[in-house]
Amino acid sequence: MKKLINDPQDVVAESLEGFALVHADLVRLHADPTFVTRASGPVEGKVGLVSGGGSGHEPLHAGFVGLGMLDAAVPGAVFTSPTPDQIAPAVAAVDGGAGVLTIVKNYTGDVLNFETAAELAEAEGTTVRQVLVNDDVAVEDSLYTAGRRGVAGTLAVEKIAGAAAERGDDLDAVAAVAERVIANVRTMGVALTACTVPHVGRPSFDLGDDEVEIGIGIHGEPGRHRVGLEGADAITEHLLTPVADDLGLTSGEKVLLLVNGMGGTPLSELYVVYGRARALLGERGVEVTRSLVGSYVTSLEMQGASVTVLRLDDETTALWDAPVHTAALRW
Amino acid sequence: MTLDVAWAIDWVRRAAAAVVEHREELVELDRQIGDGDHGENLTRGFTAVVAKLDALPEPPALVGDVLRLVATTLMSTVGGASGPLYGTAFLRAAKVTGLPALGPDGVVALLEAGLEGIVARGKAVPGEKTMVDAWAPAVAAAVQAAEEGAPASEVLGSAARAAHDGAQATIPLVATKGRASYLGERSAGHLDPGARSSDLLLAAAALAAGAQL
Repeated sequence: MKKLINDPQDVVAESLEGFALVHADLVRLHADPTFVTRASGPVEGKVGLVSGGGSGHEPLHAGFVGLGMLDAAVPGAVFTSPTPDQIAPAVAAVDGGAGVLTIVKNYTGDVLNFETAAELAEAEGTTVRQVLVNDDVAVEDSLYTAGRRGVAGTLAVEKIAGAAAERGDDLDAVAAVAERVIANVRTMGVALTACTVPHVGRPSFDLGDDEVEIGIGIHGEPGRHRVGLEGADAITEHLLTPVADDLGLTSGEKVLLLVNGMGGTPLSELYVVYGRARALLGERGVEVTRSLVGSYVTSLEMQGASVTVLRLDDETTALWDAPVHTAALRW
Repeated sequence: MTLDVAWAIDWVRRAAAAVVEHREELVELDRQIGDGDHGENLTRGFTAVVAKLDALPEPPALVGDVLRLVATTLMSTVGGASGPLYGTAFLRAAKVTGLPALGPDGVVALLEAGLEGIVARGKAVPGEKTMVDAWAPAVAAAVQAAEEGAPASEVLGSAARAAHDGAQATIPLVATKGRASYLGERSAGHLDPGARSSDLLLAAAALAAGAQL
Protein backbone atom coordinates (compact mmCIF):
# COMPACT_ATOMS: atom_id res chain seq x y z
CA MET A 1 0.00 0.00 0.00
CA LYS A 2 1.40 3.37 -1.08
CA LYS A 3 -0.51 6.27 0.41
CA LEU A 4 0.24 9.78 1.62
CA ILE A 5 -0.79 9.03 5.16
CA ASN A 6 0.74 8.76 8.60
CA ASP A 7 -1.04 6.26 10.87
CA PRO A 8 -4.09 4.70 9.14
CA GLN A 9 -6.04 5.40 12.34
CA ASP A 10 -5.47 9.14 11.94
CA VAL A 11 -6.32 9.58 8.24
CA VAL A 12 -9.87 10.87 8.72
CA ALA A 13 -9.05 13.24 11.57
CA GLU A 14 -5.95 14.68 9.88
CA SER A 15 -7.74 15.04 6.57
CA LEU A 16 -10.65 16.89 8.20
CA GLU A 17 -8.26 19.21 10.04
CA GLY A 18 -6.64 20.16 6.74
CA PHE A 19 -10.02 20.57 5.07
CA ALA A 20 -11.24 22.89 7.82
CA LEU A 21 -8.09 24.99 7.58
CA VAL A 22 -8.43 25.39 3.82
CA HIS A 23 -12.10 26.32 4.03
CA ALA A 24 -12.21 28.25 7.29
CA ASP A 25 -14.48 30.82 5.62
CA LEU A 26 -17.09 28.13 4.88
CA VAL A 27 -17.00 25.48 7.57
CA ARG A 28 -16.35 24.76 11.22
CA LEU A 29 -14.92 21.43 12.34
CA HIS A 30 -16.42 20.11 15.56
CA ALA A 31 -14.25 17.63 17.44
CA ASP A 32 -15.39 14.90 19.83
CA PRO A 33 -17.82 14.05 18.37
CA THR A 34 -16.66 14.77 14.86
CA PHE A 35 -18.84 16.74 12.45
CA VAL A 36 -18.58 19.70 10.10
CA THR A 37 -21.04 22.62 10.10
CA ARG A 38 -21.51 25.77 8.07
CA ALA A 39 -19.47 28.62 9.46
CA SER A 40 -22.53 30.85 9.08
CA GLY A 41 -25.02 28.53 10.79
CA PRO A 42 -27.43 27.72 12.17
CA VAL A 43 -29.65 30.03 10.13
CA GLU A 44 -32.69 31.17 12.10
CA GLY A 45 -35.92 29.86 10.60
CA LYS A 46 -34.18 27.81 7.89
CA VAL A 47 -34.58 24.06 7.62
CA GLY A 48 -31.26 22.43 8.47
CA LEU A 49 -29.83 19.84 6.10
CA VAL A 50 -27.56 17.12 7.45
CA SER A 51 -25.93 14.31 5.58
CA GLY A 52 -23.07 11.98 6.27
CA GLY A 53 -21.61 8.57 5.85
CA GLY A 54 -18.32 6.81 5.68
CA SER A 55 -15.22 8.80 4.80
CA GLY A 56 -13.31 8.01 1.63
CA HIS A 57 -15.89 9.54 -0.72
CA GLU A 58 -14.52 13.09 -0.69
CA PRO A 59 -15.65 15.70 -1.49
CA LEU A 60 -18.93 14.03 -0.38
CA HIS A 61 -20.23 15.17 2.15
CA ALA A 62 -18.12 17.80 3.92
CA GLY A 63 -17.26 19.37 0.58
CA PHE A 64 -20.94 20.18 0.11
CA VAL A 65 -21.39 22.09 3.37
CA GLY A 66 -22.14 25.75 2.78
CA LEU A 67 -24.60 28.21 1.28
CA GLY A 68 -27.34 26.52 -0.75
CA MET A 69 -26.46 22.96 0.18
CA LEU A 70 -25.72 21.20 3.51
CA ASP A 71 -25.68 22.71 6.99
CA ALA A 72 -23.71 19.82 8.43
CA ALA A 73 -21.83 16.72 7.33
CA VAL A 74 -21.06 13.82 9.63
CA PRO A 75 -18.06 11.74 8.55
CA GLY A 76 -17.54 8.23 9.84
CA ALA A 77 -14.40 6.14 9.67
CA VAL A 78 -13.31 5.18 6.14
CA PHE A 79 -16.24 3.41 4.45
CA THR A 80 -18.03 3.13 7.82
CA SER A 81 -21.10 5.11 8.76
CA PRO A 82 -20.85 7.66 11.56
CA THR A 83 -22.30 6.78 14.96
CA PRO A 84 -25.52 8.13 16.52
CA ASP A 85 -23.59 10.12 19.12
CA GLN A 86 -21.94 12.02 16.23
CA ILE A 87 -25.07 12.50 14.15
CA ALA A 88 -27.48 13.63 16.88
CA PRO A 89 -25.34 16.61 18.05
CA ALA A 90 -24.79 17.62 14.41
CA VAL A 91 -28.55 17.64 13.90
CA ALA A 92 -29.05 19.71 17.05
CA ALA A 93 -26.28 22.13 16.02
CA VAL A 94 -27.98 23.11 12.75
CA ASP A 95 -31.55 23.34 14.02
CA GLY A 96 -32.61 26.91 13.32
CA GLY A 97 -36.07 26.25 14.70
CA ALA A 98 -37.57 24.96 11.44
CA GLY A 99 -36.51 21.35 11.86
CA VAL A 100 -33.82 19.27 10.21
CA LEU A 101 -33.83 17.02 7.16
CA THR A 102 -31.31 14.19 7.16
CA ILE A 103 -30.25 12.87 3.76
CA VAL A 104 -29.17 9.25 4.12
CA LYS A 105 -27.73 6.92 1.53
CA ASN A 106 -29.41 3.52 1.59
CA TYR A 107 -26.68 1.41 3.14
CA THR A 108 -27.61 -0.73 6.13
CA GLY A 109 -25.10 0.90 8.47
CA ASP A 110 -26.01 4.44 7.49
CA VAL A 111 -29.72 3.77 7.86
CA LEU A 112 -29.40 2.15 11.30
CA ASN A 113 -27.16 4.87 12.71
CA PHE A 114 -29.15 7.79 11.28
CA GLU A 115 -32.43 6.26 12.50
CA THR A 116 -31.04 5.87 16.00
CA ALA A 117 -29.67 9.43 15.90
CA ALA A 118 -33.02 10.82 14.76
CA GLU A 119 -34.66 9.22 17.80
CA LEU A 120 -32.05 10.80 20.06
CA ALA A 121 -32.41 14.25 18.45
CA GLU A 122 -36.21 14.13 18.59
CA ALA A 123 -36.02 13.22 22.27
CA GLU A 124 -34.02 16.45 22.70
CA GLY A 125 -36.72 18.48 20.95
CA THR A 126 -35.55 18.76 17.34
CA THR A 127 -38.02 17.83 14.60
CA VAL A 128 -36.27 15.46 12.21
CA ARG A 129 -37.35 14.19 8.81
CA GLN A 130 -35.30 11.66 6.92
CA VAL A 131 -35.02 10.82 3.23
CA LEU A 132 -33.29 7.74 1.85
CA VAL A 133 -31.37 8.07 -1.39
CA ASN A 134 -31.50 4.85 -3.42
CA ASP A 135 -30.46 5.73 -6.94
CA ASP A 136 -28.30 2.71 -7.79
CA VAL A 137 -30.05 0.70 -10.50
CA ALA A 138 -27.45 -2.09 -10.20
CA VAL A 139 -29.50 -3.55 -7.38
CA GLU A 140 -32.25 -5.12 -9.40
CA ASP A 141 -34.49 -6.83 -6.92
CA SER A 142 -35.02 -4.92 -3.73
CA LEU A 143 -37.36 -7.60 -2.37
CA TYR A 144 -34.39 -9.87 -1.81
CA THR A 145 -31.68 -7.37 -0.94
CA ALA A 146 -31.22 -4.47 1.42
CA GLY A 147 -32.62 -2.34 -1.42
CA ARG A 148 -30.96 -0.03 -3.87
CA ARG A 149 -27.93 1.80 -2.59
CA GLY A 150 -27.55 5.54 -2.44
CA VAL A 151 -24.66 6.62 -4.63
CA ALA A 152 -23.75 9.68 -6.76
CA GLY A 153 -27.37 10.81 -7.12
CA THR A 154 -27.00 11.93 -3.49
CA LEU A 155 -25.22 15.04 -4.80
CA ALA A 156 -28.33 16.08 -6.76
CA VAL A 157 -30.58 15.48 -3.75
CA GLU A 158 -28.34 17.57 -1.50
CA LYS A 159 -28.00 20.40 -4.04
CA ILE A 160 -31.67 20.71 -4.90
CA ALA A 161 -33.02 20.19 -1.37
CA GLY A 162 -30.33 22.60 -0.16
CA ALA A 163 -31.57 25.28 -2.54
CA ALA A 164 -35.15 24.72 -1.41
CA ALA A 165 -34.12 25.11 2.22
CA GLU A 166 -32.08 28.20 1.41
CA ARG A 167 -35.06 29.94 -0.24
CA GLY A 168 -37.11 29.33 2.90
CA ASP A 169 -39.22 26.26 2.17
CA ASP A 170 -40.55 24.57 5.30
CA LEU A 171 -39.50 21.07 6.41
CA ASP A 172 -42.33 19.26 4.63
CA ALA A 173 -41.65 21.12 1.40
CA VAL A 174 -37.89 20.50 1.52
CA ALA A 175 -38.50 16.81 2.23
CA ALA A 176 -41.01 16.68 -0.63
CA VAL A 177 -38.59 18.13 -3.16
CA ALA A 178 -35.86 15.78 -1.92
CA GLU A 179 -38.23 12.84 -2.43
CA ARG A 180 -39.07 14.11 -5.91
CA VAL A 181 -35.39 14.17 -6.84
CA ILE A 182 -34.92 10.70 -5.37
CA ALA A 183 -37.84 9.40 -7.44
CA ASN A 184 -36.30 10.81 -10.60
CA VAL A 185 -32.58 10.08 -10.24
CA ARG A 186 -30.75 6.88 -11.20
CA THR A 187 -27.10 5.86 -11.27
CA MET A 188 -24.92 2.98 -12.41
CA GLY A 189 -21.21 2.65 -11.75
CA VAL A 190 -18.21 0.71 -13.00
CA ALA A 191 -14.90 -0.17 -11.37
CA LEU A 192 -11.76 -0.76 -13.40
CA THR A 193 -9.67 -1.36 -10.27
CA ALA A 194 -10.33 -1.85 -6.57
CA CYS A 195 -9.29 0.68 -3.97
CA THR A 196 -7.32 0.11 -0.78
CA VAL A 197 -8.82 1.10 2.57
CA PRO A 198 -5.92 2.46 4.66
CA HIS A 199 -6.48 0.29 7.74
CA VAL A 200 -7.03 -2.85 5.63
CA GLY A 201 -3.91 -2.30 3.58
CA ARG A 202 -4.84 -4.34 0.54
CA PRO A 203 -7.34 -3.97 -2.32
CA SER A 204 -11.01 -4.19 -1.35
CA PHE A 205 -11.71 -6.80 -4.00
CA ASP A 206 -9.84 -8.81 -6.58
CA LEU A 207 -10.29 -7.77 -10.18
CA GLY A 208 -8.30 -9.15 -13.10
CA ASP A 209 -6.28 -6.85 -15.36
CA ASP A 210 -8.69 -7.51 -18.19
CA GLU A 211 -11.92 -7.33 -16.15
CA VAL A 212 -14.24 -4.54 -15.10
CA GLU A 213 -16.93 -4.73 -12.45
CA ILE A 214 -20.28 -3.33 -13.55
CA GLY A 215 -22.74 -2.12 -10.96
CA ILE A 216 -20.46 -1.21 -8.08
CA GLY A 217 -21.51 0.75 -5.04
CA ILE A 218 -19.31 3.50 -3.65
CA HIS A 219 -17.49 1.47 -1.02
CA GLY A 220 -15.42 -0.57 -3.41
CA GLU A 221 -17.75 -3.47 -2.77
CA PRO A 222 -18.18 -5.77 -5.75
CA GLY A 223 -21.00 -5.14 -8.15
CA ARG A 224 -23.38 -7.45 -9.92
CA HIS A 225 -21.30 -8.87 -12.69
CA ARG A 226 -17.96 -8.73 -14.40
CA VAL A 227 -17.27 -8.25 -18.05
CA GLY A 228 -14.06 -8.15 -20.02
CA LEU A 229 -12.38 -4.81 -20.50
CA GLU A 230 -14.01 -3.02 -23.42
CA GLY A 231 -13.76 0.45 -24.93
CA ALA A 232 -15.27 3.46 -23.15
CA ASP A 233 -18.25 3.56 -25.51
CA ALA A 234 -19.28 0.00 -24.70
CA ILE A 235 -18.80 0.46 -20.96
CA THR A 236 -20.77 3.72 -21.04
CA GLU A 237 -23.60 1.88 -22.77
CA HIS A 238 -23.59 -0.74 -19.96
CA LEU A 239 -24.05 2.14 -17.51
CA LEU A 240 -26.44 4.46 -19.30
CA THR A 241 -28.88 1.94 -20.76
CA PRO A 242 -30.16 0.51 -17.45
CA VAL A 243 -30.30 4.03 -15.99
CA ALA A 244 -32.38 5.40 -18.86
CA ASP A 245 -34.56 2.29 -19.02
CA ASP A 246 -35.24 2.32 -15.30
CA LEU A 247 -36.20 6.00 -15.39
CA GLY A 248 -38.49 5.27 -18.31
CA LEU A 249 -37.15 8.28 -20.19
CA THR A 250 -39.13 9.24 -23.25
CA SER A 251 -38.48 11.54 -26.17
CA GLY A 252 -38.70 15.23 -25.32
CA GLU A 253 -37.73 14.93 -21.66
CA LYS A 254 -35.03 17.10 -20.12
CA VAL A 255 -32.33 15.72 -17.81
CA LEU A 256 -29.26 16.49 -15.78
CA LEU A 257 -26.33 14.24 -16.75
CA LEU A 258 -23.70 13.70 -14.07
CA VAL A 259 -20.57 11.70 -14.87
CA ASN A 260 -18.78 11.03 -11.61
CA GLY A 261 -15.23 9.79 -11.18
CA MET A 262 -14.48 7.22 -8.48
CA GLY A 263 -11.21 8.91 -7.51
CA GLY A 264 -8.60 7.35 -9.78
CA THR A 265 -9.92 8.19 -13.21
CA PRO A 266 -8.72 11.34 -14.99
CA LEU A 267 -11.14 14.02 -16.10
CA SER A 268 -10.19 13.34 -19.72
CA GLU A 269 -11.69 9.85 -19.48
CA LEU A 270 -14.79 11.16 -17.71
CA TYR A 271 -15.34 13.51 -20.65
CA VAL A 272 -15.12 10.54 -23.03
CA VAL A 273 -17.85 8.81 -21.00
CA TYR A 274 -19.90 12.00 -20.90
CA GLY A 275 -19.77 12.38 -24.67
CA ARG A 276 -21.00 8.86 -25.30
CA ALA A 277 -23.69 9.05 -22.57
CA ARG A 278 -25.00 12.29 -24.04
CA ALA A 279 -25.11 10.79 -27.53
CA LEU A 280 -27.01 7.76 -26.22
CA LEU A 281 -29.55 10.02 -24.52
CA GLY A 282 -29.83 12.00 -27.74
CA GLU A 283 -30.69 8.82 -29.63
CA ARG A 284 -33.65 8.47 -27.29
CA GLY A 285 -34.71 12.05 -27.95
CA VAL A 286 -33.75 13.07 -24.40
CA GLU A 287 -32.27 16.53 -24.01
CA VAL A 288 -29.39 17.11 -21.60
CA THR A 289 -30.04 20.59 -20.22
CA ARG A 290 -27.71 20.49 -17.20
CA SER A 291 -24.37 18.71 -16.80
CA LEU A 292 -21.74 18.03 -14.20
CA VAL A 293 -18.51 16.09 -14.75
CA GLY A 294 -15.90 15.45 -12.07
CA SER A 295 -14.94 13.34 -9.09
CA TYR A 296 -17.58 14.18 -6.48
CA VAL A 297 -18.61 10.88 -4.90
CA THR A 298 -15.41 8.87 -4.88
CA SER A 299 -14.10 5.58 -3.51
CA LEU A 300 -10.60 6.56 -2.45
CA GLU A 301 -8.26 5.92 -5.41
CA MET A 302 -10.50 3.49 -7.26
CA GLN A 303 -10.49 3.77 -11.04
CA GLY A 304 -13.97 3.92 -12.42
CA ALA A 305 -16.95 6.13 -13.00
CA SER A 306 -20.67 6.35 -12.52
CA VAL A 307 -23.34 7.81 -14.77
CA THR A 308 -26.25 9.58 -13.10
CA VAL A 309 -29.33 10.88 -14.86
CA LEU A 310 -31.89 13.12 -13.15
CA ARG A 311 -35.19 13.86 -14.85
CA LEU A 312 -35.67 17.62 -14.49
CA ASP A 313 -38.75 19.79 -14.29
CA ASP A 314 -38.85 23.59 -14.20
CA GLU A 315 -38.64 23.81 -10.42
CA THR A 316 -35.82 21.31 -9.94
CA THR A 317 -33.92 23.00 -12.78
CA ALA A 318 -34.26 26.37 -11.05
CA LEU A 319 -33.17 24.88 -7.72
CA TRP A 320 -30.17 23.23 -9.39
CA ASP A 321 -29.23 26.61 -10.87
CA ALA A 322 -29.63 28.45 -7.55
CA PRO A 323 -26.41 29.80 -6.02
CA VAL A 324 -24.23 27.34 -4.13
CA HIS A 325 -21.06 28.16 -2.23
CA THR A 326 -19.31 25.11 -0.83
CA ALA A 327 -15.79 23.76 -1.00
CA ALA A 328 -16.52 21.43 -3.89
CA LEU A 329 -19.49 22.96 -5.68
CA ARG A 330 -19.77 26.66 -6.38
CA TRP A 331 -21.77 28.81 -8.78
CA MET B 1 -19.55 -21.42 38.24
CA THR B 2 -21.53 -18.34 39.22
CA LEU B 3 -22.31 -16.05 36.33
CA ASP B 4 -21.83 -12.83 38.26
CA VAL B 5 -20.35 -9.42 37.53
CA ALA B 6 -16.82 -10.85 37.53
CA TRP B 7 -17.97 -13.31 34.86
CA ALA B 8 -19.51 -10.52 32.80
CA ILE B 9 -16.29 -8.51 32.97
CA ASP B 10 -14.24 -11.59 32.07
CA TRP B 11 -16.61 -12.21 29.14
CA VAL B 12 -16.09 -8.71 27.83
CA ARG B 13 -12.30 -8.92 28.15
CA ARG B 14 -12.23 -12.32 26.42
CA ALA B 15 -14.54 -10.99 23.70
CA ALA B 16 -12.21 -8.04 23.13
CA ALA B 17 -9.20 -10.35 22.98
CA ALA B 18 -10.99 -12.65 20.53
CA VAL B 19 -11.97 -9.76 18.28
CA VAL B 20 -8.40 -8.47 18.24
CA GLU B 21 -7.00 -11.96 17.63
CA HIS B 22 -9.45 -12.56 14.77
CA ARG B 23 -9.33 -9.03 13.36
CA GLU B 24 -7.63 -10.11 10.13
CA GLU B 25 -9.98 -13.05 9.67
CA LEU B 26 -13.05 -10.82 10.09
CA VAL B 27 -11.60 -8.23 7.73
CA GLU B 28 -10.94 -10.93 5.13
CA LEU B 29 -14.42 -12.47 5.48
CA ASP B 30 -15.96 -9.03 5.09
CA ARG B 31 -13.65 -8.15 2.22
CA GLN B 32 -14.99 -11.16 0.30
CA ILE B 33 -18.68 -10.28 0.54
CA GLY B 34 -18.85 -6.85 2.15
CA ASP B 35 -16.58 -3.85 2.41
CA GLY B 36 -13.82 -5.24 4.61
CA ASP B 37 -14.26 -3.17 7.75
CA HIS B 38 -15.92 -5.59 10.19
CA GLY B 39 -12.73 -6.66 12.00
CA GLU B 40 -11.47 -3.11 12.19
CA ASN B 41 -14.77 -1.69 13.47
CA LEU B 42 -15.17 -4.33 16.19
CA THR B 43 -11.55 -3.95 17.24
CA ARG B 44 -12.09 -0.20 17.63
CA GLY B 45 -15.29 -0.79 19.63
CA PHE B 46 -14.07 -3.50 21.99
CA THR B 47 -10.77 -1.73 22.59
CA ALA B 48 -12.84 1.24 23.75
CA VAL B 49 -14.98 -1.04 25.94
CA VAL B 50 -11.90 -2.44 27.69
CA ALA B 51 -10.55 1.08 28.20
CA LYS B 52 -13.82 2.06 29.88
CA LEU B 53 -13.78 -1.03 32.08
CA ASP B 54 -10.21 -0.27 33.10
CA ALA B 55 -11.21 3.26 34.02
CA LEU B 56 -14.03 2.20 36.36
CA PRO B 57 -13.21 3.07 40.00
CA GLU B 58 -14.92 -0.14 41.14
CA PRO B 59 -16.80 -2.99 39.46
CA PRO B 60 -20.52 -2.40 38.78
CA ALA B 61 -23.03 -4.09 41.08
CA LEU B 62 -25.11 -5.86 38.44
CA VAL B 63 -24.45 -7.96 35.35
CA GLY B 64 -26.70 -5.61 33.37
CA ASP B 65 -24.51 -2.64 34.30
CA VAL B 66 -21.56 -4.26 32.53
CA LEU B 67 -23.65 -5.06 29.48
CA ARG B 68 -25.01 -1.51 29.34
CA LEU B 69 -21.48 -0.13 29.33
CA VAL B 70 -20.69 -2.45 26.42
CA ALA B 71 -23.84 -1.35 24.59
CA THR B 72 -23.28 2.39 24.82
CA THR B 73 -19.59 2.11 23.98
CA LEU B 74 -20.17 -0.06 20.91
CA MET B 75 -22.93 2.25 19.68
CA SER B 76 -20.69 5.30 19.95
CA THR B 77 -17.50 3.83 18.52
CA VAL B 78 -18.24 1.07 16.01
CA GLY B 79 -20.44 2.66 13.34
CA GLY B 80 -21.40 0.61 10.31
CA ALA B 81 -24.21 -1.86 10.73
CA SER B 82 -22.56 -3.87 13.48
CA GLY B 83 -22.42 -0.91 15.91
CA PRO B 84 -26.19 -0.43 16.15
CA LEU B 85 -26.85 -4.18 15.92
CA TYR B 86 -24.49 -5.28 18.70
CA GLY B 87 -25.22 -2.09 20.64
CA THR B 88 -28.93 -2.83 20.65
CA ALA B 89 -28.31 -6.51 21.47
CA PHE B 90 -26.28 -5.62 24.57
CA LEU B 91 -28.71 -2.85 25.54
CA ARG B 92 -31.69 -5.22 25.45
CA ALA B 93 -29.66 -7.89 27.26
CA ALA B 94 -28.73 -5.34 29.93
CA LYS B 95 -32.40 -4.63 30.60
CA VAL B 96 -33.15 -8.23 31.57
CA THR B 97 -29.95 -8.86 33.54
CA GLY B 98 -30.24 -6.25 36.28
CA LEU B 99 -29.09 -8.90 38.75
CA PRO B 100 -25.96 -9.67 40.75
CA ALA B 101 -25.72 -13.07 39.05
CA LEU B 102 -27.49 -15.17 36.42
CA GLY B 103 -28.95 -18.67 36.68
CA PRO B 104 -29.91 -20.85 33.70
CA ASP B 105 -33.07 -18.81 33.09
CA GLY B 106 -31.08 -15.59 33.32
CA VAL B 107 -28.74 -16.80 30.57
CA VAL B 108 -31.73 -17.66 28.38
CA ALA B 109 -33.25 -14.23 29.04
CA LEU B 110 -29.95 -12.52 28.15
CA LEU B 111 -29.62 -14.38 24.85
CA GLU B 112 -33.30 -13.95 23.93
CA ALA B 113 -33.12 -10.22 24.58
CA GLY B 114 -29.91 -9.95 22.54
CA LEU B 115 -31.49 -11.71 19.58
CA GLU B 116 -34.61 -9.55 19.86
CA GLY B 117 -32.45 -6.44 19.76
CA ILE B 118 -30.62 -7.57 16.63
CA VAL B 119 -33.89 -8.48 14.91
CA ALA B 120 -35.53 -5.20 15.95
CA ARG B 121 -32.73 -3.14 14.39
CA GLY B 122 -31.76 -5.28 11.43
CA LYS B 123 -35.14 -6.80 10.50
CA ALA B 124 -33.39 -10.03 9.48
CA VAL B 125 -34.83 -13.50 9.90
CA PRO B 126 -32.90 -16.81 9.96
CA GLY B 127 -31.55 -17.93 6.61
CA GLU B 128 -30.62 -14.48 5.30
CA LYS B 129 -26.90 -14.92 5.98
CA THR B 130 -26.57 -12.52 8.89
CA MET B 131 -25.62 -12.62 12.58
CA VAL B 132 -29.17 -13.82 13.27
CA ASP B 133 -28.06 -17.18 11.85
CA ALA B 134 -25.69 -17.54 14.79
CA TRP B 135 -27.95 -16.01 17.47
CA ALA B 136 -31.20 -17.82 16.65
CA PRO B 137 -29.77 -21.35 17.05
CA ALA B 138 -27.88 -20.16 20.16
CA VAL B 139 -31.15 -19.10 21.77
CA ALA B 140 -32.87 -22.35 20.77
CA ALA B 141 -30.01 -24.41 22.23
CA ALA B 142 -30.00 -22.37 25.44
CA VAL B 143 -33.75 -22.83 25.90
CA GLN B 144 -33.43 -26.58 25.43
CA ALA B 145 -30.46 -26.91 27.79
CA ALA B 146 -32.24 -24.89 30.48
CA GLU B 147 -35.37 -27.03 30.13
CA GLU B 148 -33.22 -30.14 30.56
CA GLY B 149 -31.91 -28.73 33.82
CA ALA B 150 -28.39 -27.80 32.75
CA PRO B 151 -26.46 -25.36 34.95
CA ALA B 152 -26.04 -21.78 33.72
CA SER B 153 -22.50 -22.34 32.43
CA GLU B 154 -23.63 -25.32 30.36
CA VAL B 155 -26.65 -23.40 29.03
CA LEU B 156 -24.14 -20.85 27.75
CA GLY B 157 -21.87 -23.61 26.42
CA SER B 158 -24.75 -25.12 24.44
CA ALA B 159 -25.59 -21.68 23.06
CA ALA B 160 -22.01 -21.02 22.00
CA ARG B 161 -21.66 -24.38 20.23
CA ALA B 162 -24.94 -23.76 18.40
CA ALA B 163 -23.79 -20.26 17.43
CA HIS B 164 -20.61 -21.73 15.98
CA ASP B 165 -22.52 -24.31 13.95
CA GLY B 166 -25.04 -21.69 12.89
CA ALA B 167 -22.28 -19.38 11.69
CA GLN B 168 -20.63 -22.15 9.69
CA ALA B 169 -24.02 -22.99 8.19
CA THR B 170 -24.14 -19.51 6.61
CA ILE B 171 -21.43 -20.53 4.12
CA PRO B 172 -23.74 -21.92 1.40
CA LEU B 173 -26.45 -19.30 1.94
CA VAL B 174 -27.26 -16.49 -0.47
CA ALA B 175 -27.40 -13.20 1.42
CA THR B 176 -30.63 -11.21 1.28
CA LYS B 177 -29.89 -8.67 4.02
CA GLY B 178 -26.97 -6.37 4.62
CA ARG B 179 -24.07 -5.46 2.38
CA ALA B 180 -23.52 -8.99 1.06
CA SER B 181 -27.02 -8.99 -0.43
CA TYR B 182 -25.74 -6.84 -3.30
CA LEU B 183 -23.69 -9.81 -4.46
CA GLY B 184 -26.76 -12.00 -4.89
CA GLU B 185 -25.78 -15.57 -5.82
CA ARG B 186 -22.12 -14.68 -5.59
CA SER B 187 -22.42 -14.35 -1.80
CA ALA B 188 -22.81 -18.14 -1.54
CA GLY B 189 -19.67 -19.99 -0.49
CA HIS B 190 -18.56 -17.41 2.05
CA LEU B 191 -18.87 -17.40 5.84
CA ASP B 192 -20.89 -14.38 6.99
CA PRO B 193 -18.61 -12.04 8.96
CA GLY B 194 -21.38 -10.95 11.36
CA ALA B 195 -22.31 -14.55 12.14
CA ARG B 196 -18.61 -15.32 12.68
CA SER B 197 -18.13 -12.42 15.11
CA SER B 198 -21.31 -13.45 16.96
CA ASP B 199 -19.82 -16.93 17.25
CA LEU B 200 -16.65 -15.39 18.75
CA LEU B 201 -18.59 -13.24 21.24
CA LEU B 202 -20.74 -16.10 22.50
CA ALA B 203 -17.73 -18.43 22.70
CA ALA B 204 -16.03 -15.81 24.88
CA ALA B 205 -19.09 -15.76 27.17
CA ALA B 206 -19.05 -19.55 27.49
CA LEU B 207 -15.30 -19.79 28.06
CA ALA B 208 -15.55 -17.12 30.76
CA ALA B 209 -18.19 -19.34 32.40
CA GLY B 210 -15.84 -22.31 32.29
CA ALA B 211 -17.84 -24.24 29.69
CA GLN B 212 -16.19 -26.72 27.33
CA LEU B 213 -16.55 -25.83 23.65
